[in-house]
Amino acid sequence: MTGPDRIRRIDVDYLARVEGEGAMRVLVRDGTVEEVEFRIFEPPRFFEAFLVDRPFTDAPDITARICGICPVAYQMSAVRAMEDACGVRVDGQLDQLRRLLYCGEWIESHALHLYLLHAPDFLGYESAVEMAQQHGDLVRQGLELKKIGNEIVTLLGGREIHPINVRVGGFYRVPTRAELAPLAERIGQALELALATVEFTAGLEFPDVERDFVFVTVGDEDRYPVMGDRVVSNRGLDIPVAEYNEHFVEEHVARSNALHARLDGQPYHVGPLARYSLHSDQLTPAAWEAAARAGLGPVCSNPFRSIVVRAVELVFACEEALRVIDQYQPPAEPAVAVPPRPATGHGVSEAPRGLLYHRYSLEADGRIRSAQIVPPTSQNQLSIEADLRAVLDVNLDLPDDDLQWRLEQTIRNYDPCISCATHFLDLTIERR
Amino acid sequence: MSTVVIGVGNRLRGDDGAGPEVAARLRERVGATVRVVESSGDPTELIDAWRGTAQAVVVDAAVSGAPVGTIHHIEVGTDPIGPIGLRGSSHLVGLDDAIALAGAIGELPGRLTIVAIEGEIFWPGRPLSPAVEEAVAEVTALLAERWGRMADA
Repeated sequence: MTGPDRIRRIDVDYLARVEGEGAMRVLVRDGTVEEVEFRIFEPPRFFEAFLVDRPFTDAPDITARICGICPVAYQMSAVRAMEDACGVRVDGQLDQLRRLLYCGEWIESHALHLYLLHAPDFLGYESAVEMAQQHGDLVRQGLELKKIGNEIVTLLGGREIHPINVRVGGFYRVPTRAELAPLAERIGQALELALATVEFTAGLEFPDVERDFVFVTVGDEDRYPVMGDRVVSNRGLDIPVAEYNEHFVEEHVARSNALHARLDGQPYHVGPLARYSLHSDQLTPAAWEAAARAGLGPVCSNPFRSIVVRAVELVFACEEALRVIDQYQPPAEPAVAVPPRPATGHGVSEAPRGLLYHRYSLEADGRIRSAQIVPPTSQNQLSIEADLRAVLDVNLDLPDDDLQWRLEQTIRNYDPCISCATHFLDLTIERR
Repeated sequence: MSTVVIGVGNRLRGDDGAGPEVAARLRERVGATVRVVESSGDPTELIDAWRGTAQAVVVDAAVSGAPVGTIHHIEVGTDPIGPIGLRGSSHLVGLDDAIALAGAIGELPGRLTIVAIEGEIFWPGRPLSPAVEEAVAEVTALLAERWGRMADA
């Protein structure tokens, strides 16, 4: 066998600060990275099966419970797919309210991940708790931002977690302008905090890693993408969402019961980095200026700088929310009628972690015949593995503890919401 | 209101639903005499829920190796939290982390009690385990009684 220089093994039973759990295994032989596996143990598509035979109107409430962190994303992709199947388009103020609700979720999710999960990596702390001992103000800032996001989701969604006010066709109840006024004041405060967040993240140190990503996002007309009808990439893809399954294929991989998604056979990347790199010119003014001040170019291919991009998206979400509130006129009805029909519908939206695709086939009476849900973390799985390999290639000389830290940080760049698809992440680095 | 009961978990993930189930049953029994909320366990939700309260009771699922259905009582600040394994669910940040974080920034309630029910299965779509179901009833009765209502009246 080999000497100590050639064999090193690190076992970590639990990867902290990642939503849910999964597993990673790295095999290094004679100083060369041989294998990188990022495994997620996907519950066997429980929710897809759970939806079958239920009324199509149940989908928003059921899919909202897939993840406690991004229920709005699941609701929005679900209602858009149902409305697509039924040939109904929800636009105008109802669509704007959906954008406002979605902005709340981006703020919640990005603030939580950025401050409590990702920032400790960059500042050298094991956890937010440890970080709070010396950076209490930073933690309070993150919690306050998240709280304002919570307030948006609570007002629009009816509840903070697992919002119940969303339905196919719109909402059960829409707010008055007077109800939104105090919220606007709070979002104004969030905008200031978000700008400070960009400044904070811009001052962090980043490993020098550049990747040649295939970026994929929702195509949201000429807007920075939140919800839309198309799927676009930086390699020329521009398709209606109905053609998603013609280009994106989910494959079973023996080592995992999760599905690995590929675009025309290639790994691809969804999430803030993709949104920014494809649509930075569509950012709102303060977000665009903040990005420029932070030193982000029009494209960002360093996954470690995703923390800066999330901060920029916090600014965007605040500005976009303020715009919606400013222009808001309560619609005559809180929802439009959506009579069911036997058809298939598709819906995409940008969850905080990236593109979230839903497809449903309905019976004539509105019962769901089949469901397909493709969460962002499943789509990013191969990209995460490739990032890990790239990071390993230039960091093999690091001591095991430092290398492990860097690899965990690499995974957290994706804010992987593994609980959408998995349980129990443990990390193994084996050097032979 | 000076007291809040917070049920932490996800009803669609097997025994992770113990906390929300206790909260739902308790709400029916105690009415407005005490504030009862459900939470994903997210620290901002918890801190918001217990901010300014004299007493908070958090009901969550746990995985410590104890027999399924075991009810753990922890007084934060007096009893150790670590061995209970409150990470057993799929929460973003474990309850233990959320409490430590709140403590670090001075946002703990006057008194914080954790009632953790030992779970077994946290897989989506599974119902509460029978032993957890019994523990949920017991915890609900205990908390309802504390606020002056007979649980099974």
